[in-house]
Amino acid sequence: MKDFSNLISAIEITNKTNAKIEALVNYFSSAPDKDKLWLIALFTGKRPSRPVKSNLMKDWCMEITKLPEWLFLESYSSVGDLGETLALLLPNPKQHIEKPLHVWVDELIDLKQKTDQEKKKYVLAAWNGLQSQERLIFNKLIGGSFRIGVSKKTLVNALAKLSGIDANQLMHSIIGNWTPDTITFDDLLNGEHINYDNSKPYPFCLAYALENSLINLGEEKNWQVEYKWDGIRGQIIKRKEEVFIWSRGEELVTQQFPEIVEAISKLEGSFVIDGEILAIKDNSVLLFNDLQKRLNRKNVTKKLLEEVPVGLYVYDILELNEVDLRQESMQERRIKLEQLFTHNTSDILKLSEIIDFKNWSELDELRNAARGFNSEGLMLKKKSSIYHVGRKKGDWWKWKVDPLTIDAVMIYAQKGSGRRSSKFTDYTFAVQKDDKLVTVAKAYSGLTDKEITEISRWVNKNAIEKFGPVRTVKPELVFEIAFEGIAYSKRHKSGVALRFPRIKRWRKDKTVKDIDTIESVKSLIETN
Amino acid sequence: MRLVKFTKKGIYCIPGKFYLDPWYPVEYAIISHGHADHARWGNKHYLCYNQSKAILQHRIGADISIESLLYNEYKVINGVKVSFHPAGHIIGSAQIRLEYKGYIVVFSGDYKTQPDFITTPFEPVRCHEFITESTFGLPIYKWKSEEELQQELQDWIVQNQQNNRTSVFLGYSLGKAQRIMKLVENVEEIYVHSAIHNLNKAIENSGKSLPTTKLLTADLKKIEIQNKIVILPPALLGSKMIKKIPNAATAICSGWMQIRGNRRWKGVDAGFAVSDHADWDGLLSAVKATEAEKVYVTHGSQAVFSKYLNEIGIEAHELKTEFGEDELETSEQLKTDIV
Repeated sequence: MKDFSNLISAIEITNKTNAKIEALVNYFSSAPDKDKLWLIALFTGKRPSRPVKSNLMKDWCMEITKLPEWLFLESYSSVGDLGETLALLLPNPKQHIEKPLHVWVDELIDLKQKTDQEKKKYVLAAWNGLQSQERLIFNKLIGGSFRIGVSKKTLVNALAKLSGIDANQLMHSIIGNWTPDTITFDDLLNGEHINYDNSKPYPFCLAYALENSLINLGEEKNWQVEYKWDGIRGQIIKRKEEVFIWSRGEELVTQQFPEIVEAISKLEGSFVIDGEILAIKDNSVLLFNDLQKRLNRKNVTKKLLEEVPVGLYVYDILELNEVDLRQESMQERRIKLEQLFTHNTSDILKLSEIIDFKNWSELDELRNAARGFNSEGLMLKKKSSIYHVGRKKGDWWKWKVDPLTIDAVMIYAQKGSGRRSSKFTDYTFAVQKDDKLVTVAKAYSGLTDKEITEISRWVNKNAIEKFGPVRTVKPELVFEIAFEGIAYSKRHKSGVALRFPRIKRWRKDKTVKDIDTIESVKSLIETN
Repeated sequence: MRLVKFTKKGIYCIPGKFYLDPWYPVEYAIISHGHADHARWGNKHYLCYNQSKAILQHRIGADISIESLLYNEYKVINGVKVSFHPAGHIIGSAQIRLEYKGYIVVFSGDYKTQPDFITTPFEPVRCHEFITESTFGLPIYKWKSEEELQQELQDWIVQNQQNNRTSVFLGYSLGKAQRIMKLVENVEEIYVHSAIHNLNKAIENSGKSLPTTKLLTADLKKIEIQNKIVILPPALLGSKMIKKIPNAATAICSGWMQIRGNRRWKGVDAGFAVSDHADWDGLLSAVKATEAEKVYVTHGSQAVFSKYLNEIGIEAHELKTEFGEDELETSEQLKTDIV
């Protein structure tokens, strides 16, 4: 496992994608075939189910180290990862066990059937035979995410570099139906188990943010205006009765959206369309936060399907009955798209609405009203535009709503996870309600590493609790919070829900006396 | 008996009428070691261990009123017997022992129980009251031996050279830099930043010999430092200076590097858990060895460590101080060291 352990060390330390790819290529060039297959399986969600409960592992570790539980938990909240906490707390190994990755994985698969006593014997022997970093990996093989920033896309790019095979084809191959026991590494890469002709995607055409005033775009009649949606941009392919969904990050996400696959399967013919995957309930688009619950799940449960149903807003058509349409104009493509969907729109598949307008001056109001139904703003597309490869200035523009902002004070701080586990990175913010404070938002993005370090140090000094991951702090630090929308909410204590809140900036120039009141926050609902 | 009290200006010895590592200017300051959060500017008179004298003069000013003692020598101030004892933290670091009418208080300053290749090893001192630091007061902190660290650092340098890369270590100028120099001595030429270079000179002037290094200057040709070793203060991470170094592979040397999240946070190529503070077992063994009946726990994990001490039957109290808690960020005296 030494090579695998070195690979993980090399990958986790760097945040440069190229360095990660380099490390993967090195590993793939020298590791045994079985290990390579398991590595791909582990990083693509094809891992065996957990053979040992994490609570048992925690108990065994406390038994060995004789640490009280509170101190174990305190260590855990400092490290932010159970497998790593165990690896650090356990005493140094007395011996060294060296086995290839696939042997460890096979043994762990067998372990699942054993009794707790047998499991304990096996795990303790392994802990006593592995160095701290290898021990961490062993714990991760049992269960838990590696959290080392290797996406399927990174993995695929490494395999492409190694083999010279097209990255999208490799994406289909690794997502496809295989197990490390039923295929060889070469066959997997060559895609012996798939038919890539059916899944091959086109590059997405992307828009720039609008820079100048609308007047500079020329005549209104040359432009097609649609609402912009905040979901997952997807390319949906139906060829030879097979359906594939590619995300904008060039990952195959077909399995995550069974409703869309089902609806698309019912349509006649073969085609490739471009659209936005959104959470849609009772004909309204939900927030991206809701859609997020559906993403990157191994299994989409029935309950989740009911709770967060998804649908597709269709923007464009790129291929129809095996003919590439990308060089045709937007206007011509739209006619074909409408024909395809004339009799086929449903709760799940909807044509993106074209906004009827005569003068540029009407659009600004429409843009800001878009917030009301969870749209991000407007898309402006030239009717004569072809479907470009990638980003091309001039033909497609996105014009987002201006975010709303309030000033709020930090009241809780929580440690992050993974790369952020050492710092307080997740904050809860409050505004004034009478002579009290009331929570309005949680946010974690938007600050620089330097600011986070400064705030962490301040939290350490000003926290009321001394133990555990969450700290209540003196209401002193004021932040400007930006968000996309606001609505009344009965589920929130404050009575309002903010959409996609994030920290815009740290207002060092303001004190808690300057923050917004709940009344001033609610007034934003009326005016928007 | 109350020999010391904890005031806004720092730890105050009542009968002795002096302060230990005060954080605001006072008449008489006794200093444990030369780090900026312990040895501050503006005191009327300083007393320190012999090897720290040149460091204090270099960092605070050549004209300060300063007196020094050797380890185990003593000076009586207003009836209080004051002596310095090895703390094993950095070059010149000392624990401060106070004795008055047979009652003994020891202030640890910062300390490390594990021996390295350059610092006088820590010696426990028996006392009634022990004031201990707790920077790494969690059982996840368990350091490797100096020999293991040496192997790790040297392997990393060799591996970098195979990939045609220059090995850049980040460690604060006083203490960590000299320890790294010793760990990588004789592997390859070592270049150091001027802040480290100037401190090295001050240390050598006080009679301590250090590994041979060269000064890193702006006019050095890339070819001269390619594949060599460079040591810089951590504040230079991400600076122009570091970007100028050809094919740099950067590593941070700090106890915080024990945790993956911290290694990744900084965006460097490697992180080595090389710490100048005691690890969990070190803190416990040091406290036990003093046989103190009362322990005060300062900067770091004071809540956790004092709770644990009380649970194992050692009376412990938390103490709020203004010593730096971050081995990487606050131990540097940025103004004077980094130009």
